[in-house]
Amino acid sequence: MTALAAPSERSGAATGRRPGVWAVYRWELVKLRYQKRTYLGLGASILAPLLLVLAINLRSGAGHGDAFAFSNYLTRSGLVVPLVILLFGAIWMFPLIVALVAGDIFASEDHNGTLKTVLTRSLERHQIFAGKMLVAATYAVFAILLGGTVGVIAGSLQSGFNSLQSLSGTIVSAPRGLELVYASLVVYLIPTAAIVSIGLMLSTLTRNSAAAVVGTLMISLLIQLIGILPGMSGAQPYLLSTQFNAWQGLLRTPTDWVPIIRALWVSALYGVPALIVALLVFLRRDVAGG
Amino acid sequence: MSAPPIEVRGLVKRYGALTAVDGVQLTVEAGDVYGYLGPNGAGKTTSLRMMLGLIRPTEGTVRLFGRDPNATVAALAGVAGFVEAPAFYPYLSARRNLELMAAFDGDSAPTRIDLALDTVELASRASDRVGGFSHGMRQRLGIAAALLRSPKLLLLDEPATGLDPAGMRDMRLLIRRLADEGMTVLLSSHLLAEVEELCNRVAVLRRGRIVYEGTIAELARGAGTRYRLASTDDARALGICVARPGIAEVGYEHGHIVFSADEQAVAELSRALIEADVLIRELAPQTVTLEDLFFSLTEGDGFVAERAEAAAAVPGAS
Ligand SMILES: Nc1ncnc2c1ncn2[C@@H]1O[C@H](COP(=O)(O)OP(=O)(O)O)[C@@H](O)[C@H]1O
Ligand SMILES: [Mg+2]
Repeated sequence: MTALAAPSERSGAATGRRPGVWAVYRWELVKLRYQKRTYLGLGASILAPLLLVLAINLRSGAGHGDAFAFSNYLTRSGLVVPLVILLFGAIWMFPLIVALVAGDIFASEDHNGTLKTVLTRSLERHQIFAGKMLVAATYAVFAILLGGTVGVIAGSLQSGFNSLQSLSGTIVSAPRGLELVYASLVVYLIPTAAIVSIGLMLSTLTRNSAAAVVGTLMISLLIQLIGILPGMSGAQPYLLSTQFNAWQGLLRTPTDWVPIIRALWVSALYGVPALIVALLVFLRRDVAGG
Repeated sequence: MSAPPIEVRGLVKRYGALTAVDGVQLTVEAGDVYGYLGPNGAGKTTSLRMMLGLIRPTEGTVRLFGRDPNATVAALAGVAGFVEAPAFYPYLSARRNLELMAAFDGDSAPTRIDLALDTVELASRASDRVGGFSHGMRQRLGIAAALLRSPKLLLLDEPATGLDPAGMRDMRLLIRRLADEGMTVLLSSHLLAEVEELCNRVAVLRRGRIVYEGTIAELARGAGTRYRLASTDDARALGICVARPGIAEVGYEHGHIVFSADEQAVAELSRALIEADVLIRELAPQTVTLEDLFFSLTEGDGFVAERAEAAAAVPGAS
């Protein structure tokens, strides 16, 4: 008899530690480390601020910095760089980056046929779901904080760690400006979480990674499109895309909390139903094929 | 008495108009090595998926040691196995894949990784990515993954399919060894030969229904003995055979009349033939291979129809 033989009078339910969400979370992170798409997304969020700084550098070197008020604003303080990245990243870059992982995280199990492998161990489906959801969220947080941090460092190296002009025209000291940049990143995560949820939903629904990633991006773009349709300006405050601008409330004096609070509940309105659909589909689905 | 490892009652799975599994009843007792046989598409994998809680039965129940795998994964405590080809993360090494599964098993599973790799002779390839593994290596890694759970019940779906002859033999030896260590095993196959020396009990599945359930010995006996007859007037002999009670599945093959009967019916047939002035040149029992029987069970009426056709081909018979 070897140790592989059945333990005679031990029923599995009664023994030792049962694994939980933490085991899924840890191993989903390990899996991310071994996948190319992980680095594609992170690479993009590093590259975007670097390219912006390069553009600023070339422009100021060419000597027509004054011709353009915005670039003037950009060269005053490096802290502006991450904020510009937030502004333009909302159009498609950050939705795409977070969808790369959120859209793939369930669909790739279908692709590899590994759902049957993990679902016949000792974890309930809802635990697998929770672990995966948390990892998709972690990746989104990491990608956005990384992009912001690279922006702060590269921007400061280029234009200096200087005081910043708020959107109300007042001057904000550099350390206070840095606080505001990170607070903005956190507020930015609110609508991002809704995009992650939509990615998770499409990942469980389509069971196809490419479809889920592209689908998430399309939904994000379509929502923006609604906002620019004639006669739809009334809907603007309730569009998910608008919530990506909520952080700008932090850069006003006094702080404008209205868009931030609205971002919370509007994003929840998009994200929570998507998450519920994803969970129900995952709990109820037949694991056939593969 | 404790609940049996597997108890399946009235199990049905429908996919639209197709009934993949159609009222399966099955009891696997502790210590059994149970063969779940049937041709491709018979519903073996679908049954196993329901037993492992991967798909919901349309009707009926599955109980593993008395617990319902469709209600909670806790019902899989002490149970392991795989359906179709075992699947892994191709970008992770064999060892990392097993570490992941062991982490999902909890308990003492992580301590069994090395032993499991040794058992399936993959220790030397443990640090290679599974993406580069052959089909046979994946099958063995699938067994290793199952062993991490220290199972009392092992469910294996066609574990030897797609392996070369040496791989098939190794797989049989491995399953034999695990069974000897005390595991109850249910393994599916579309080849009787693959399981006949391994299993003490079999169920034969055909289009989702169980057409035979019992020991292999009973299966062989249930075949009834077939006889071969050559006479001075085969056409008349055939007519007599067909008309006599107790003589069944009459046919004509390679210049001989063939039929199934018990000994008493054969004795009476010989007298009937002589009384009809048909002399016997040869009358001998034939052994039916299990493979033939399996074929007849799974091909259904095909077996009988073929013989009827043969009978029609006898010169002078109508
Ligand atoms: N997910 C599915 N959707 C539709 N039909 C299916 C599905 N899975 C299996 N089937 C059908 O059910 C029948 C039984 O399949 P299966 O259980 O895989 O047979 P086996 O494993 O015995 O070869 C087949 O006709 C197959 O095409
Ligand atoms: Mg099959």
